Amino acid sequence: MSKTKIPFYRNPKIRSLFVQFFVLSLVSFLILSIYQTTVSNLIERGIQTSTSFFDDVAPFKIGFSPFLDFDLGKTTYIEVFYIGILNTILIAILGIIASTILGFIVGIVRLSPNWLASKCALVYIEVFRNVPLLLQIMFWNFAVFLATLPPPKKSIEFGFLYLNSRGLHTPIPYVEDELRFNFWIFILLMTVVGCIFLSKWAKKSFEHTGVKRPVFFYNFLIFTILATLSYLALGGPLEFDIPVLGKFNFKGGGQLPLPLFSLWFALTIYTSAFIAENVRAGISSVSTGQLEAANSIGLNRTQTINMIVIPQAMRVIIPPTISQFLNLTKNSSLAVAVGYEEIVAVWAGISLNQTGQAVIIIAMTIIVYECMSLFTSFILNMYNRKVQITER
Amino acid sequence: MKYVTSLVTSVALAGIAFATSVSASTLEEVQNRGELRCGVSGGVPGFSAPNDAGKMVGIDAAVCDAVAAAVLGDASKVTYIPLNAKERFTALSSGEIDVLSRNTTHTLTREASLGLNFTYYNYIDGQGFMVMKDAGISSALELDGASICVQAGTTTELNMADYFRNNNMDYTPVGYETSTQTREGFEGGACDVLTSDKSQLAALSTEMADPSSILILPETISKEPLGPVVAQGDDQWMDIVAFTLYALINAEELGVTSANIDDLVANPGNPSVGRLVGAEGDTGEKLGLAADWSYQVIKQVGNYGEIYEATVEPIGIPRAGSVNDLWTRGGILYAPPIR
Repeated sequence: MSKTKIPFYRNPKIRSLFVQFFVLSLVSFLILSIYQTTVSNLIERGIQTSTSFFDDVAPFKIGFSPFLDFDLGKTTYIEVFYIGILNTILIAILGIIASTILGFIVGIVRLSPNWLASKCALVYIEVFRNVPLLLQIMFWNFAVFLATLPPPKKSIEFGFLYLNSRGLHTPIPYVEDELRFNFWIFILLMTVVGCIFLSKWAKKSFEHTGVKRPVFFYNFLIFTILATLSYLALGGPLEFDIPVLGKFNFKGGGQLPLPLFSLWFALTIYTSAFIAENVRAGISSVSTGQLEAANSIGLNRTQTINMIVIPQAMRVIIPPTISQFLNLTKNSSLAVAVGYEEIVAVWAGISLNQTGQAVIIIAMTIIVYECMSLFTSFILNMYNRKVQITER
Repeated sequence: MKYVTSLVTSVALAGIAFATSVSASTLEEVQNRGELRCGVSGGVPGFSAPNDAGKMVGIDAAVCDAVAAAVLGDASKVTYIPLNAKERFTALSSGEIDVLSRNTTHTLTREASLGLNFTYYNYIDGQGFMVMKDAGISSALELDGASICVQAGTTTELNMADYFRNNNMDYTPVGYETSTQTREGFEGGACDVLTSDKSQLAALSTEMADPSSILILPETISKEPLGPVVAQGDDQWMDIVAFTLYALINAEELGVTSANIDDLVANPGNPSVGRLVGAEGDTGEKLGLAADWSYQVIKQVGNYGEIYEATVEPIGIPRAGSVNDLWTRGGILYAPPIR
């Protein structure tokens, strides 16, 4: 039998290579022509494009910059860019933590056998999930917080905490004596190491004897007591900067500005409604057979939830929740409506308008969001792989 | 294979479309379209804000009307496009609008690096501060430590930074996207002070729950010459917009109003008036417009004084003796002759 030669165009490998090459060159051609069109249009319209403004001094002020000091007359545009990124990361982290906690609570309440509780959770989800976020942000900021919170001179006081229409003012600790502070930190670290050993011992003992001890509670107790005692023994290595009412507002201390608070509040409420639905879906996905099996081997309700329901539910909950976290991060760009100074407000807003470098600035903003989203999903996907079924 | 071919064709067509974005002159484009696209703020009473009937009115909107009257012979053929401070320049340089008439300050950076041309000024403004009366403040120099509501991305923001730096004072900016939001923030207590051009302060105060509770501080901290802007690269269009504005100002100087212009066309008397109303000369031909362009502008929109009286006076900014009065009456409003 003679071997017939297959013509190259019928070889699936070569064909697929050809198609891929073709698509790749099409896409490259498109990108190249968009780039060239942009450049030639910019030149034609006399718009100067360059990155030289990065090192120019920013001629405006950023009010909220907790991580980098803003110094009017010294801070440059590129530092404004960094401040914007940091403020976006701050709101994203705050929002993700709060909306996860709230979302889990609402999702669990939604499945509660209590009719009233379950229906309240349903109303919560349907109301906040279905109203546009921008509307919610403006509602909380302008109609609720600004309308109800008093002006600085009539602030609501809780000890050294002051709440007014500018935000929440808190004392912040600062290090008075480096040596004593470092010693205190050393004691804390040692305590943590001790706690880890305790947990390891408890786990081993559980595996041997089957006796389960509330290790987390013990560790918490030990840490709190030791931290307090050593703090007092060292004569208080921290001092507190307490806010004082000035002519217009409180000065000194830490501040949680109202725009940040409103945005955080609105993003949390909005995103938690979606996460609650993910949680409900996850819990519902655990088959009743699993619960019956758990009952039949004598696990109590808490054990069933902790050991049977949650590990299986997490597999379903995590993937859609990751995309909610990404949405939350991107939604934080609506902050400009209430004056929170994140990247879109200070970079794609103020800086763009003052320099006119639209192409560069928008491209940089896109890249920032792209990187943040990829990073978030990278981290969470690692966690996701951990909780997925591992086949042995 | 069929769809691959169609894909190739469409990409090739898209490429050709990219390559052939050769622009006709703005004048031809507007005339072919039959309407003028004019960028306005859309939310500043006295400058451009919808009235009870939903029509955009104000001194900025009137410039749009005047240009439409000059170019199309009909002041009503305008599509007003409301833009915020961030969008305005991009909208103009991308060709989305033909004219930007949105209380925009003329500065070197904008003129030189954004591909724009400022024509002339339809309102000369200056930045000021507004506080609540019960705050007990009487001068901007007492504002050290204040929170200040401001529209983000405006020259206002820069002037404020300069002023506070110059006077060694500290402040906290609260930047909002629109001027309406700055007012809401100020009224709600998000800030102690609202800063903007003084005309806008007056306009915003008319929208407040209690306009008598506020005080506009005496200091004027900047020069804000506001006027219509066009995209670079079309000199004819720039001339048309500029001379439309000049015609409005000259009309007031020469006493030509929308009421008496018909009589003056028949019997101009003064040759300058004759040229302005189109009874003499060929100004229209030189600009590429109809011979009666200036007649249509004044007849349909009125002269500068009439416009000011109808739009800016009602928000509480008197004109007599101010910088916005004619040069013959102590102001600095001065337009080159139409001849």
